[in-house]
Amino acid sequence: MATLELRGIKKHFGSIHAVDGVDLTIAEGEFLAILGPSGCGKSTLMRMIAGLETPSAGEVLIGGQPVTHLPPRARNVSMVFQSYALYPHMVVADNIAFPLKARHVPRAEREAKVKWAAALLGIEPLLKRRPARLSGGEKQKVALARALVRNPTLFIFDEPLSSLDAQVRAMARSELRQLHDRSGITTVYVTHDQLEALGMGDRIAIMKNGRVRQVGTPQQLYDQPADTFVASFLGTPPMNLLERDGRIVGFRPEYLRPASASAAGADALRLKVRIIELEFLGAEWQVYGQLENGATGQKLLAKAQPAVAAGLRVGEQHEFAVAGAHLRYFDSATGLRIANGAH
Amino acid sequence: MARTEAAVRVGIGDREGLLGTLMLAPALVYIAALVGLPFCLAIALSLSSATIGNPGIHHFVGLANFASVLHESAFPLALRNSVIVTAATLIVTLVLATAESELLARDFRGKWFWQILIILPWAMPVSLAAVNWLWLLDSEFSPIDWILRQIHLLGPGTIWGPANHLYYYGREWLGLGSIVAINVWRLLPLATIIVLAGRTSIPRDIFEQAEVDGAGFFRVLFRITVPALLPILVVAAMFTALLVFGDMTVVAITTRGGPGYATQLLPYWAYLKGIEGGALSEGAAIALFMFPILLAVALLALRMVYRAESR
Amino acid sequence: MRLLRRIGFWLALGLFAIFSIFPAAWMVITSFKQDQDLYNVANNPFKYNLAPTLHNISFLFTGTHYPIFLWNSFYIGVIVVIITLLLSLPAAYSLSRLVGRWGERSGMAIFLVYLIPPTLLFIPLYQIVTFLKTANTDWSLVLVYPTITVPFCTWLLLGFFKSMPRELEEAALIDGCSRWQTFLRVALPLSLPGIATCVVFAFALSLSDYIYAAVFVSSTASRTVSAGVPTELIRGDIYYWQSLMAAAAIVAIPLAVAYGLLFDRLVKGFQNEPAGEKAG
Repeated sequence: MATLELRGIKKHFGSIHAVDGVDLTIAEGEFLAILGPSGCGKSTLMRMIAGLETPSAGEVLIGGQPVTHLPPRARNVSMVFQSYALYPHMVVADNIAFPLKARHVPRAEREAKVKWAAALLGIEPLLKRRPARLSGGEKQKVALARALVRNPTLFIFDEPLSSLDAQVRAMARSELRQLHDRSGITTVYVTHDQLEALGMGDRIAIMKNGRVRQVGTPQQLYDQPADTFVASFLGTPPMNLLERDGRIVGFRPEYLRPASASAAGADALRLKVRIIELEFLGAEWQVYGQLENGATGQKLLAKAQPAVAAGLRVGEQHEFAVAGAHLRYFDSATGLRIANGAH
Repeated sequence: MARTEAAVRVGIGDREGLLGTLMLAPALVYIAALVGLPFCLAIALSLSSATIGNPGIHHFVGLANFASVLHESAFPLALRNSVIVTAATLIVTLVLATAESELLARDFRGKWFWQILIILPWAMPVSLAAVNWLWLLDSEFSPIDWILRQIHLLGPGTIWGPANHLYYYGREWLGLGSIVAINVWRLLPLATIIVLAGRTSIPRDIFEQAEVDGAGFFRVLFRITVPALLPILVVAAMFTALLVFGDMTVVAITTRGGPGYATQLLPYWAYLKGIEGGALSEGAAIALFMFPILLAVALLALRMVYRAESR
Repeated sequence: MRLLRRIGFWLALGLFAIFSIFPAAWMVITSFKQDQDLYNVANNPFKYNLAPTLHNISFLFTGTHYPIFLWNSFYIGVIVVIITLLLSLPAAYSLSRLVGRWGERSGMAIFLVYLIPPTLLFIPLYQIVTFLKTANTDWSLVLVYPTITVPFCTWLLLGFFKSMPRELEEAALIDGCSRWQTFLRVALPLSLPGIATCVVFAFALSLSDYIYAAVFVSSTASRTVSAGVPTELIRGDIYYWQSLMAAAAIVAIPLAVAYGLLFDRLVKGFQNEPAGEKAG
């Protein structure tokens, strides 16, 4: 267990700047999710933390020790790969024991450790099987056991749930988080799935084009996005963004309500919206609308409770409102957030 | 929980660049010493007046060896025959290999047994295969001649008569044909293996889709199988061409280039000149004539592969 | 229609099999024939008009150097296979993973080496083995056969390593292996199908060579099957046909069985499919 510190990390492949100056500090025992669209540099960043790539510039420190130029095996990090990377020529038990063998752990201790890890993940019945005969969920557990078995100082997860079925995935998410809470090992979790990042991360770092756009708790990122990218990337559906008076105003769909149904005050933003489509999502409705005043034609999204949605019909025009407290303002040139009300 | 990690010693095994060089070096040094150096030596030899009795290469004679070799009556024949034999073997082998791989791509009873039969020619060393065919096509005791006589295609009063024998190795075109037959026979298993490797990695659903669409066997073969096989066919073609064009064993044991120079091939002629005749320099010159042809064919073939793959 | 297809299939397969084994069948029939039976144009060549005999085979083993040729071919083949693997495996791995982008694309350059056929090299190589004082010994063959096998096997293994998922090796690196240990513990076991193909090919290529064996080695006791049999059993104009055929059959039939049983393996070897990926 240790802290992880990245100082000015850069990685260039020819003229491509995959990672373009990242500074990050991860506290001991923290669960940090790195979130971003594909090609944002998060995988490259993760590979540099693991030691699979050498940074073009900058430093990686684990537990305060610089490890930038050390090979992966000298860092004592564990990693769970997207494909799980189980060794197909070994049975599950040998897969789990492999990191111990590589470190010349004596046989008796090795066997005890494998048993302990297998018990922790509930995969004892699988120990004699080959990876080719495991389901996706089982493979994921074996990969976790292999990562856990040697008490790493740092855990790295590379989209470990992306090849699982949707149903298994929700379970796996909570199991993973529980595992982290029990072991207390500092964790870096790379994903492009915001549900995973929001649900599991103590903090989230959002990356785009090789840079970290914002770091913070899930709540901070959701409520106080640092720029329009974070605002539009996080949340399903994402934040509505409108050009207004030379700046961009943003608000979450759940705060966009028919004026009749909301108790918005004088500072509220009022919009004339034509309903294009209504979509039933179960607990709520998703409302697709088009702005009728101001930037005409701009698409808007709202979420409505069934009682509210009952009063809406496709094709109708309604007045919608967003309370002033829920409005966020961004600079229209830079996309960066500016304080509320500031002009 | 907190088992302290023994300090890891970082060594050569961790330094990828250095390790890569070290792992590559033995093969590279070996190839440089026993392919690169002899290749340069071959060029030097061809420009010298070296003989077996006097193998020094310091006496530079320029292109004289090439000129004298070019003027021999055997040269155009040997070049022509080499090209014909290679091209003919190539075409026949590829057609047969495609057909054979089409059969072997299926599952059927006792497949292993048929595989043993089909791979047999490849299990025989080339020289012994040539001896086998020398006897099979013997001027007097060929069983094929006997069969032809039994069905009245050969012998007095028949279309291939009046002689009782075809004298396969004693006639120009029959001799070349025999050499092609031997080469096809010995290389077909390898070509089939290569083509089959490509054939079985074509996704099965393509064939199923074609079947659903009602395409017949030959339509599937020419519209789907062959285009998908193109890159691997080029690989098979290169292997076959290299093994035929550079081979002298078959001709050395069967026709020995005769009658006259009618079935002479470049490699065997180089051997006769260079080793049997003792004129190392002229032998090297003949052998070098083969290289640009091989290079051109190989580059052309590889370009086709890359184009087919990047499509 | 379905029946017609089946008949067509077995017919085609039968024709291919006949083409493949007809010369060999003639070879086997000849091996057991008596002289008076064989050298009579009037006889049906496919029948034993006189009782079959083992004399030709016993002559091969007692009256010729054939056993020595067999042994020479065998141990030269084994040594060549070992040398080939020792050179090709690290080289192919290095090209596919360690020396950067140009290494991965060097398949074509390796093929160019393969383009230089023995017939182009045997004259200068003859001078080199003479210079190294190995001329006329089996060691000259052990020395030069890898020139044929190393480029081929490196090319084959390069394709194999390239198609192996990088993540497996990266997992090994993270699990505590150095790059070298990763090569030994993960890359090598996974490339076993490729290695098996290389072993078969290297052995077959070294067994099959005639040019080097005929040119470099003239003393009978050091010859291989390839060069020894034709020279020993064809004496001027006298051909010991039955023994020649027996000599070929004794080599070819066991190897055909072995290669035939490995057939699917050999096909896989050209397919670059790592071990265990599909097999359960």
